[in-house]
Amino acid sequence: MRVNFTVNGRPQEADDVWEGESLLYVLRERMGLPGSKNACEQGECGSCTVRLDGVPVCSCLVAAGQVEGREVVTVEGLAEFAKERSEHAGCASGACGTSLDAAKKWEAKPGQDSQTGEGVELSPIQQAFIDAGAVQCGFCTPGLLVAADEMLERNPSPTDADIREALSGNLCRCTGYEKILDAVRLAAARQERQGEAV
Amino acid sequence: MAQNTRTVPVGTPTDVTQNHVKGGIGESTLRPDGTLKVTGEFAYSSDMWHEDMLWGQILRSTVAHAEIVSIDTSEALTMDGVYAVLTHEDLPAAKNYGMEFQDTPVLAYGKVRHHGEPVALVAADHPETARRAAAKIRIEYRELPVITDEASATAPDAILVHENRDDHHSGHVPHPNIVHRQPIIRGNAAEAAKRADVIVTGEYTFGMQDQAFLGPESGLAVPAEDGGVDLYVATQWLHSDLKQIAPCLGLPEEKVRMTMAGVGGAFGGREDISMQILASILALRTGKPVKMVYNRYESFFGHVHRHPAKLWYEHGATKDGKLTHMKCKIVLDGGAYASSTASVVGNASSLSVGPYVIEDVEIEAIGLYTNNPPCGAMRGFGAVQACFAYEAQMDKLAAKLGMDPVELRQLNAMEQGTIMPTGQVVDSPAPVAELLRRVKARPMPPERQWETAGEGADVRALPGGLSNTTHGESVVRGVGYAVGIKNVGFSEGFDDYSTAKIRMEVINGEAVATVHTAMAEVGQGGVTIHAQIARTELGVQQVTIHPADTQVGSAGSTSAGRQTYMTGGAIKNSCEIVREKVLEIGRRKFGSYHPAWANAELLLEGGKVVTDGGEALASIADVLGDQSVEVEEEWRHRPTQAFDLVTGQGDGHVQYAFAAHRAVVEVDTELGLVKVIELACAQDVGKAVNPLSVVGQIQGGTTQGLGVAVMEEIIVDPKTAKVRNPSFTDYLIPTILDTPTIPVDYLELADPNAPYGVRGIGEAPTLSSTPAVLAAIRAATGLELNKTPVRPEALTGTL
Repeated sequence: MRVNFTVNGRPQEADDVWEGESLLYVLRERMGLPGSKNACEQGECGSCTVRLDGVPVCSCLVAAGQVEGREVVTVEGLAEFAKERSEHAGCASGACGTSLDAAKKWEAKPGQDSQTGEGVELSPIQQAFIDAGAVQCGFCTPGLLVAADEMLERNPSPTDADIREALSGNLCRCTGYEKILDAVRLAAARQERQGEAV
Repeated sequence: MAQNTRTVPVGTPTDVTQNHVKGGIGESTLRPDGTLKVTGEFAYSSDMWHEDMLWGQILRSTVAHAEIVSIDTSEALTMDGVYAVLTHEDLPAAKNYGMEFQDTPVLAYGKVRHHGEPVALVAADHPETARRAAAKIRIEYRELPVITDEASATAPDAILVHENRDDHHSGHVPHPNIVHRQPIIRGNAAEAAKRADVIVTGEYTFGMQDQAFLGPESGLAVPAEDGGVDLYVATQWLHSDLKQIAPCLGLPEEKVRMTMAGVGGAFGGREDISMQILASILALRTGKPVKMVYNRYESFFGHVHRHPAKLWYEHGATKDGKLTHMKCKIVLDGGAYASSTASVVGNASSLSVGPYVIEDVEIEAIGLYTNNPPCGAMRGFGAVQACFAYEAQMDKLAAKLGMDPVELRQLNAMEQGTIMPTGQVVDSPAPVAELLRRVKARPMPPERQWETAGEGADVRALPGGLSNTTHGESVVRGVGYAVGIKNVGFSEGFDDYSTAKIRMEVINGEAVATVHTAMAEVGQGGVTIHAQIARTELGVQQVTIHPADTQVGSAGSTSAGRQTYMTGGAIKNSCEIVREKVLEIGRRKFGSYHPAWANAELLLEGGKVVTDGGEALASIADVLGDQSVEVEEEWRHRPTQAFDLVTGQGDGHVQYAFAAHRAVVEVDTELGLVKVIELACAQDVGKAVNPLSVVGQIQGGTTQGLGVAVMEEIIVDPKTAKVRNPSFTDYLIPTILDTPTIPVDYLELADPNAPYGVRGIGEAPTLSSTPAVLAAIRAATGLELNKTPVRPEALTGTL
């Protein structure tokens, strides 16, 4: 079957999709977006978390056919999504991505190194994960970033209990979660400071 | 493909006043792969993709022990999209592989020895097609009785798991179903026991733990024009893989070119081969690239686990608390294939005394062959099981003596100069008593944290959490302590070395260094540290980390807490040689301009050649010009000795690491639910090369120990030897809700034998975390609790 949906603001079309394929498989194997991770493929670990019409979901549990006509944001689009959100306040639906016209004019930004990631613009939560040492092997990181970014959108000043509750569906085996908490606190604090500065 | 090459951010350009580069050792430098990992662009082994690639799928045994009567692949072969269906008859060369024993079949022939053993192999154009084809392969088994424990393994009529053993331990073991036996006898325990005023004994059971790394076993094999194969995989040790893969493919090692793909965690579970040989065979057979990715169910069968263990201990003490003697027997279940069981036995035996001074000991550790899942390396490697038992014994002894459990430990704590039961002198700092003092001195987390001002209880702070099972009724607090000892590096006479290739050259007017090693970056942050060492040693800001591959010599395994010591040491050593060569070029070029070139001690700092007095002589860029300097050298730690097979004597270990924990738990005694409130750790790290990473390692290791304490266990049916919970639904690992605050206090007492004084850090925190939590639960409930994990039924008496 053919599935049409929007990924990170750009309309996409997947052909020859087998009916049993998950959204995760289509993203990873058909669209060249392997950022969403395949750690358990049974909805237990959260490493494949994406936003579907704004709602965080385990993409391994979403059948590809279910996303027909809908909007998906993955970790690859998180920086741009966060930027759009901060520039056009209130856009939390996941439908505030790039228009098709804008997408057609898209080109790699100068000063970015696709080999090293140097110069890449990051969302506040992505930068905070790096700065706080919340990334070790990094396999849980994409799902955690999508989930944490969504929580901060809803709850810009979370308590530790709020953070733990929001991220309880995302397993991490390396860090013991302490530095993930640090990262979310850091992103929240920076967001607050930025809010005050405006 | 694997984009592991990263250039470290360029700092401010060098000028005459700047003497130090940023991001040298001792600084919390950020990961060079951080950006790629947060944008989703970092290429893990399961992200590999190739035009026209096929998908490989393994068919695994549904029974634990059986003769294979027949295999029928005909129906699978007729399916559209299927390119190959292979069994042991199609294997191109050696049929067995293994790290220490070549006892593991590439594909089962004759019999299967454990549940989930690979029997057949499919390549197809879609993973679902491959799975369906595999399901159509018909295998007829004739089931055999299963061997599941010491009694069934050593019974007089026991079936041999492996007939005709011919390995380096088969000659001395008391039974062919025993992989290895390591006794240690020192002093006279029977005689010393007569001096004891108090004796405590205990029998302890440690459950089978899974590494549960999140990135599944996976990779891509690409057939090459020269008849060889290019392999992109996630592993802990490229060169060990290579040595096992090449003979099974019938290829010389140089035709098997391995590149490290991104590794999604390891913790010991990637030290053995998983899909490497199978994907290569399919690629060579079909002439097409083959990708294999295990799902989580298969991953539980796809790697070795932590050895479950039974431990019997006896400790004696005088009435003032001095330990008189210790006797123990440790039985480790190695499962169907040896993996690293023999080394785990050596560790369990030699570290069974714990970080205590006991002169009279009688120790025996054995590792079994059974039909249970194969067990091998996991963080802590034999020391974890022993620590769980000896720390329970310390608490039991303290209770019987009426002593404070921390004081008892401190009274008997080993220190620098202590002689181990193996006769080895602990010749660098061993601050055991101090680590305990530090965790004990910490302020206690406040009581009744669930009480919120004016409102009801915040159930998130209570055992049971959002299940809303209590508002504080029947919730009891307990506090427990533990301390452990772990060896660092490969022991028992193993020739443990690492190799580093360092290149220094001028690019765009700036001196830059390239570090090329085969070190497996599994998340621990080795790549960060490698650049830090090169900056410190060579005084350059810009360091490129070359992708890890087999085009450079072995780095050894990323395990045993050894990489910062070993590959860090190799990089330091190669950098020192590079530095001498750079200075030699400088002397030839500029020596006549300044007497310091000949007379002074010269260093490379801030992009310059400087004297030890701080005078800049020339920029490194000017010294090198268009020349480059390249050095590839092996580096070794001091040699170790094998343990005597009768007495266990020998200087078997390179270095020891110590950590202590204090656990604070709250238990709902009616429902048997446990909430760990705080798990504080103090550890000696020798030298914190990257403090941010050090703390991250300690917190991660602590959490894996917490998991074993209260939830993690692979459950194997004792009647069938089948795994009953191979999923994250049924095998639980700690979530962010289960994991408490983990305050970390680290000491930096340099080991004079190690580069920069470093001490391996990754494993020690996994040891003491588990017994500290158990001790705290015992303190809260008054129950004996001799088994991990502690499940609710063990606390409510409904077991």
